[in-house]
Amino acid sequence: MRPLDLRTTALAAALALGLGTTVDARITVLKDDPYPSTYERVAATDTLIRNATVLVGEGTRLENADVLLRDGKVARVGQGLEAPNGATVVDGTGKWITPGLIDVHSHLGVYASPGLDAHSDGNEMTDPVTSQVWAEHAVWPQDPGFGTALAGGVTSMLILPGSGNLIGGRGVVLKNVPGETYQQMKFPGAPWSLKMACGENPKRFYGGRGSAPMTRMGNVAGYRNAFIEAREYLGKLDDDEPPTQDLQLETLAAAMNGEIQVQIHCYRADEMAIMLDLAEEFDFKVAAFHHGVEAYKIADRLAEAGTCGALWADWWGFKAEAYDAVQENILIVDRANEGKGCAVVHSDSQEGIQRLNQEAGKVIGVGRRAGIEVAPEHAVRWITQNAARTLGIEEQVGTLERGKMGDVVLWNQNPFSVYAKAEKVWIDGALMFDRNDPALQPVSDFTLGQEPL
Amino acid sequence: MRALSVLAGAVALALAGLASAQSVVFIDNAKVHTAGAAGTLANGDVVITNGVISAVGAELAAPAGATRIDAKGQPLTPGLFAGLTALGLEEISAESSTVHQSLGAPTAHVHPGETRWRPEFDVLPAYNPRSQVIGVNRVEGLTFTVLAPGALEEGSFVAGQGGAVRFDGGFDALVDGSRSLFVDLSSGAVAMSGGSRAGQYMLLDQAIREAKPAPSPMMMVSPGHGLLTPAGRDAMSRYLRGGRVVFTVDRAADIRQVIALGQRYGFQPVINGGAEAWIVANELAAAKVPVLLDALVNLPGSFDQLGARLDNAAKLHAAGVTVAFSQAGDATHNARKVRQLAGVAAANGLPWEAALAGLTSAPAKVFGIDTQIGSIEVGKTADLVLWNGDPLEVTTTATQVFVGGRAVPMQSRQTLLRDRYLAPKGERSRLYPAGR
Repeated sequence: MRPLDLRTTALAAALALGLGTTVDARITVLKDDPYPSTYERVAATDTLIRNATVLVGEGTRLENADVLLRDGKVARVGQGLEAPNGATVVDGTGKWITPGLIDVHSHLGVYASPGLDAHSDGNEMTDPVTSQVWAEHAVWPQDPGFGTALAGGVTSMLILPGSGNLIGGRGVVLKNVPGETYQQMKFPGAPWSLKMACGENPKRFYGGRGSAPMTRMGNVAGYRNAFIEAREYLGKLDDDEPPTQDLQLETLAAAMNGEIQVQIHCYRADEMAIMLDLAEEFDFKVAAFHHGVEAYKIADRLAEAGTCGALWADWWGFKAEAYDAVQENILIVDRANEGKGCAVVHSDSQEGIQRLNQEAGKVIGVGRRAGIEVAPEHAVRWITQNAARTLGIEEQVGTLERGKMGDVVLWNQNPFSVYAKAEKVWIDGALMFDRNDPALQPVSDFTLGQEPL
Repeated sequence: MRALSVLAGAVALALAGLASAQSVVFIDNAKVHTAGAAGTLANGDVVITNGVISAVGAELAAPAGATRIDAKGQPLTPGLFAGLTALGLEEISAESSTVHQSLGAPTAHVHPGETRWRPEFDVLPAYNPRSQVIGVNRVEGLTFTVLAPGALEEGSFVAGQGGAVRFDGGFDALVDGSRSLFVDLSSGAVAMSGGSRAGQYMLLDQAIREAKPAPSPMMMVSPGHGLLTPAGRDAMSRYLRGGRVVFTVDRAADIRQVIALGQRYGFQPVINGGAEAWIVANELAAAKVPVLLDALVNLPGSFDQLGARLDNAAKLHAAGVTVAFSQAGDATHNARKVRQLAGVAAANGLPWEAALAGLTSAPAKVFGIDTQIGSIEVGKTADLVLWNGDPLEVTTTATQVFVGGRAVPMQSRQTLLRDRYLAPKGERSRLYPAGR
């Protein structure tokens, strides 16, 4: 069964210590996961990667350093480590090591390649509020995009419903391992995410049909009505006779109860500010604004709220709400409140997820142009530690600190280069991709045999 | 006295006129990537006279009166090709009132029997050189594009005509000799040909027959039967006399059909997209058909792209095919991303010089404007870019863009927004101009 997520565990600990006076014994909305993870790490010997430049993921960098993976976890990072008996030793001389990359915004599997009508599974646009749907129930594990993302060093990702609805449904965190079922990929213990959307998409689609929402006014009324219902539902859950399970309200109530991360597709600064007020009104936390083309305009406000900006390096102009882009968006969010901002590079693209490192590289470049130098050990946080925080999995992945999952990428050079390639990718200590060994390059069932024999 | 002063004034005016007529810029000590026969000059100098490159070499003497620019060893390249785009034709993609590159014909506006085929449609009159989308991309080192019409479902898969423009700010920016016809044979356009890939070729054949031999002015439109208007036949027939026709097409089988069509009907095909072009690389090379491709396409986005792979450009180049870069995705607003395509192609086997050529001399050659732009050679228009590093690298940015020899301001609406919000907030809103 699904282990309790970290935040619930932390809350329970706080209550046990008698610190929960203001939190009044909150109940747990989500009990067992009826679609539990069946992920099992691939058995592997211990691995010592020697003499590389290591970007630890929390902001530090070690030269000529080694990384030891033991029992699937990061055991040690440092210089001159001893290889345990039977360990595989990999020479990292001249190469760079990062934590496995994490994409907080992917539609792999729900908008799979090839882009057939039959593969259009990401937007349940039958009602503006569809919090009852789960992206995981549409993930096609044979999407060839998982394999190409792995070749780009991506080891975990959040698969989200699309942004056609005000409240689109539940997203799921996957480990990027090949499988026949999504449950084999499901990240053990990771919280789900709730996908919401501001602005043009919902109002364009529903308004175009002559139904609500037709305007941004209607958008906000739609969120509020949904959360008012969810608040009532949440309040009744510990009644002697709790209400019948309601899939739509259950997800919203869990979000309000801190069990589900809230991810909001939102471009304009003024709309993000409204959504932060909405979060106050209904007592939930916004984990991240996604796309956030205008996040730079309210970067301090985001930092104060502890909300991350999951952003692109350069995409813009396709909609009016994406008109005021600046290439330094990620940089400005990162620097907010004396460096307390939380910036994340995300993809929302089967192409971009293969090159999160290059997207971060673009930000380093425009930073330099603006007179702001960003070190690689800092920039890597945008695609590792901060991404893990956005998904609520920062205790398990996102840095190479001892005890974390052994998700590691060996790059042939500084990863923030267009010429950089992930040479080897380990997930939970097992080598899952090797650029120099075709036997360690997964080929999806769809791709197999497409080249005529 | 009076006569003299008038004379002096006239001399002064004449000298001023001469001075402006003899504007000379000397770019000193650059790593000059000529994208021409001379290759790369490690310590190169470039002289620009009246907007035209007048000398390229090592250790050139600074001409008298020249404006000297010390490149400090930075790379200098020709201005880059933005790819096939709608720069200047589109402001915000989702706002139809700002989008002008495609001719659709909603059923309500088409008289019974009237054709939706309008190859005479030409996007150039809609070009707006003042578009901020151009400004945003020019500071990134892009100095020319080929404006390409798009096919709409309500129209024909023969999308119409376009051509190359330089980002010199001028209203009449078409580069002579670059006008081209655009045909969309991608999977998305099958619906415009009665639902069959074969229908595309049937309809194309019909349109070509209507236009060739050169149509007689007496020929009448036959309602319900003819595909082309008289103007359409006229436009089409021009391309059948050796004109350039750009086909957006991915599948190897379709690329072969396009090569054969060109040979049968006497036009010069260009492949745009070409995800499976590597499969027919030898045929493309033999027919001298160039390919504009997106080097980031490695997934089967459709069943036309099952053969997509990252070394497409490398394989085509090795077979002798001319390769240039153009984006499959948001080619217009994010045109600046085109450099990443070249870098990724270089990282996947394409020689670096060929990758740079794919952004400079190759597209200039493909569109017949290589005598004017696309390389750093004497006689070429001085559209140049100085970079702070490897121009194909994602961390590199342009430090100075020259268009027609003029150092353009390295500012755009986006850099102004950046500067507004990087500055500490004062007592008043940032909407007050800086310095208040």
